Order: sequence, then structure tokens, then C-alpha cells
Amino acid sequence: MHGLLPELEVIRKDFPILERTLAGDRPLVYLDSANTSQKPQIVIDTMVDHLERHNANVARAMHQLGAESSEAFEAARDTVAAFLNAPSRDEVIFTKNASEALNLVANTLAWATGDLSIGPGDEVVITEMEHHSNIVPWQLLTQRKGATLRWFGLTDDGHLDLSNIDELITERTKVVSLTWVSNMLGTINPVAEIARRAHEVGALVVVDASQAAPQLPVDVVASGADFVAFTGHKVVGPTGIGVLWGHRAVLDQLPPFLGGGEMIETVAMARSTYAPIPHKFEAGTPPIVEAVGLGAALEYLRHIGMESIHTHEQTITAYALEGLATVPGLKVLGPLDATQRGGAISFEIDGVHPHDVAQVLDSRGIAVRAGHHCAKPAHARFGVQSSTRMSSYLYTTPTEIDALVEGLEYTRSYFKLS
Amino acid sequence: MSQDLDSLYQEIILDHYKHPHHKGLRDPFEAEVHHVNPTCGDEVTLRVHLSDGVVTDVSYDAVGCSISQASASVMTDLVIGKSVDEAMSIHEEFLTLMQGKGNVVPDEEVLEDGIAFAGVAKFPARVKCALLSWMAWKDATASAVELGIEPVEMTTEEIR
Repeated sequence: MHGLLPELEVIRKDFPILERTLAGDRPLVYLDSANTSQKPQIVIDTMVDHLERHNANVARAMHQLGAESSEAFEAARDTVAAFLNAPSRDEVIFTKNASEALNLVANTLAWATGDLSIGPGDEVVITEMEHHSNIVPWQLLTQRKGATLRWFGLTDDGHLDLSNIDELITERTKVVSLTWVSNMLGTINPVAEIARRAHEVGALVVVDASQAAPQLPVDVVASGADFVAFTGHKVVGPTGIGVLWGHRAVLDQLPPFLGGGEMIETVAMARSTYAPIPHKFEAGTPPIVEAVGLGAALEYLRHIGMESIHTHEQTITAYALEGLATVPGLKVLGPLDATQRGGAISFEIDGVHPHDVAQVLDSRGIAVRAGHHCAKPAHARFGVQSSTRMSSYLYTTPTEIDALVEGLEYTRSYFKLS
Repeated sequence: MSQDLDSLYQEIILDHYKHPHHKGLRDPFEAEVHHVNPTCGDEVTLRVHLSDGVVTDVSYDAVGCSISQASASVMTDLVIGKSVDEAMSIHEEFLTLMQGKGNVVPDEEVLEDGIAFAGVAKFPARVKCALLSWMAWKDATASAVELGIEPVEMTTEEIR
């Protein structure tokens, strides 16, 4: 099959978990990578090595291990900056996940004064296809500040409805926050185009790249965004580490997020002054080994090449869409053209609830997600309460897609649909 | 593994799923609740009608998986016509079964079709599916008891 990663079998060997058998000696078919990706040996080994040989706190331990740990932690920041094509390493802030990154922006904007302050009459624009983590922080911000939350609707084929963009993005708009790739519909959004329109009215642009960073080459400059958030565990890294990239000019202007160690310049009993970015936004001991693991993960992806990974994802997605189309009563939610979407495919099967689909698939060693995928409004838009979602990644093979399609046929027969 | 699957999806469960008993919202009722399972999105709106300390009717509108739908159906069979006290003790019995991790032997005398859910207790992720409507019923019944005995005379339109 043209477009697959040329060394797919070698890549699969990098992921020890893929050797597991489940459900009576069936090989694991892991199709839940949009939920969390599996981890290559190099990430596991790098983290173990750090804990075994270099463990110490960062930036505050005046001994050799402290220096080694700080160096490893800061080297991970360099790797993230290179991965994102960030103009400066100082613009890369480590958080615990993408949700914290988005909340950091929404909260510090709530506390901002001057140009960045938000109040009654101001508007924040999101979209109907957002993950809850890019909805709730903006609801909280607009409710707290008396501002108004607005959103782009969706077309029937799962794209953003941009027909009313001039009514939505106006002089009143202070923030436009949107996902780059939908975790439910798979849709890839025209982020740069929307950022350009937002900047014309002076709004800040926040991009949730949680599903984009694993599968697309991400260039924060080309994206046009002011902030880009993603999470480590979806890019073959560990949990507990996320990233917020932001333009230096905006980050400098925003007030601190959490107060504590590391984020200060000096502290007196009455008041404090704050460290420059990135440390201004990194209070307390950071997730050190997680950051080191993320660095190893992004090096691993860079070595394979994000362009090649993107092509692999598109190839697998096209093959999956073809296979799913053969299952009677199955309806895909979202674009049907693999070139316009990412590798998460949500679907419904007439007559079987998604939980039951996932349960039967699990009995055959096939892991998918069932539910609302933290995107309830997007489900409501399409009149469904929940869906089943398969999501591939760089280690997914066409054989695994065949197993899924076969598993879905079996599910239908198990529930006596014919 | 398909043996495990069959222990989860007993025929009784699939029958109740395909042909649910007492489904639909009805008047009169003293209490109405709406419960959701936040992790998966399953939802139930449930009404309870009590008279003279007896559960005279339980009506519901629900969306969800086979386990949650069948459980609602079985629950209504078990509690309608029972005294509130009796129904509450059946609720306790079902709860114990569900929380028993598969180690509780159900009493068919008490739980009737509910014994089919014994297999569900071995699937921790599905226990809350089975309990959704039971918890909604307990909640609604508790409110109805608190309210006293007079039914609320309201149409569905007025409620919404």
C-alpha cells in the first residue's frame, strides 16, 4: 500500500506494548491513539535512565545531579521549540497537559489589565467542534468578566461553517480559540485563514493542537496563532506533561498564572517580582522526567519525519474509511475525504450502542473509544448522544483496520442485526 | 473471551434492551429526576408515582447502551407495585450485586430478571451503566417521599 511508513514493521517493534496479546491470545489492535498514544522503548528508557542516573530537582539544586537534571529538562524545551518551529525557546511553557495550557491562557486573560483585559461588550469566539477543554475555560472567562461567548457552527459534512465569519469575528472579538484538528470529527481546520481574520480585528488566536501535533507538521509561526497548546501523551510521550507556546510579546504582558517557587525573581513579605518567561508560568517543581520523556518522544517523531507520519495517517485513514463504508448501517460523522481530515474516525452503527460496540470489539482485543469523546456539543450538533471512535497512529497497519471491520461485522451479528 | 461476553450480554438483557418494559414518561407523578453518566453521556429522565406508600408507577425516557436500557426495564418490573420500603431493599440488593466484583451470588427470589446482571459486575466500566436508572429511581423516590403524598398535576409540556 503506497503511503505507509516504509519501515512500519520496524517502527512497531519500537512499541513494546504492541506485542501484547489479549482476549484469548489475540494480538492487541490498538485503535485509540487519539485518546492516548502508545510509547516507544526510547521514551521509556530515557525516562528510566533519568530517574536511575540523573534525578534531582531542576534550577535549584547546586550539585552535579542538579546540573544534569536541569540540562536534560531544558534540552527538552529546546526540542519542543524546534518541533514547533518556535522563534524562541523561552516561548515554550511546560504545563501538565493541554487543558492546563488552555486554562493558563483563559485565566491569565481574566486577570489581565490594559490592552488584554476582557469585560462586558467583549466577545470570545470558539467553535462547536471543540473538546470540552477548549469550551469550559472560555465559558468561565466570559462568565466571570461579563463578556460574551460566541461560536462557529458546523456544516452537515463536519466542517466549520465559515459563512458568517464576518458577523462572528468583529471589532468586539478579543479572543478566537479553535482546534486545529477535531478529536471527534477528524476535521482539519483552516487555522491560518481564521487567524488572519482574527488579527485584522486585533483578536488573540489560541489553537488547540492536541490532535494536530501527533500527525501534522506544526509550525507555530505559519499557523498565525498567538498561542498553541498540545499534550505530551498523544505524541508518544508520557502523561503529566503538556506545552503552551505563546508569542513572547503577549506572554510578557500577561500576569502570572500560579504563584510559587521558580516563577519569582524576588519575594518580600508584602510583594514579589516575577521571573521572565518561560519560568514566570512554571510555578513549583515541574514534571521533570515527563518533560525529558516528551523531549525523547519528539526526537523520535522528528527522526521518522512528521511529513511521513502525516502521509501514513492519511493512507490508513483512507483505507479505514473504505472499510467502514462496507459495514451495513454504519455512518461516519465528519468529512469522508481522508485528505481533509486526521486519523480519528467517529461513527455510529444502526441498532448497536457505541458502548456495546466497544465491548464486543474489546472481547476481540480491539481497543476503540466509545462515548462523547469530551465533545458533547459536537455530538449534539449531529443529533447523536455518543459514538464509537477508531483512531490510528504511526504504528497502525492495514491488517489492524481489517480486524476492526471484521470485528464490526461480528458485532452486528452478535446483536442479531442483518 | 466470548464466554465473558456472553456472561455480560445475557439473553434476558438483550430481550429487555430490544423490548423495554414501562418505557415512556407518564402522568401522574410526584417527582421527576434527570440523571446522566458524565463519562459516557448516557441519560435518563425518570418519574415516580407513589400512592399509599406503594410505588404505583415508574416511567422513564432514556438513551444509552444495552446494559443501561435493560437495567431500567428490569428495575421498573421489580419496583412497581411494591411498597417503598420493599422496593428500597430490592435496590440495596441490586446495588450489592453490582458492587460485588462478580463474587456475589444473586437471589433470584428477590431480583428475578435482575440476576442476569451478575455478569456485569465483572466489568467495572459497565457497572455504572447498570446502576444509572436505579440511582435515578432512588433519588426520585426519596424526593417523592419527602414531598408527601399529593401528586403533582402537571403535563409534560409544563415540566419542560
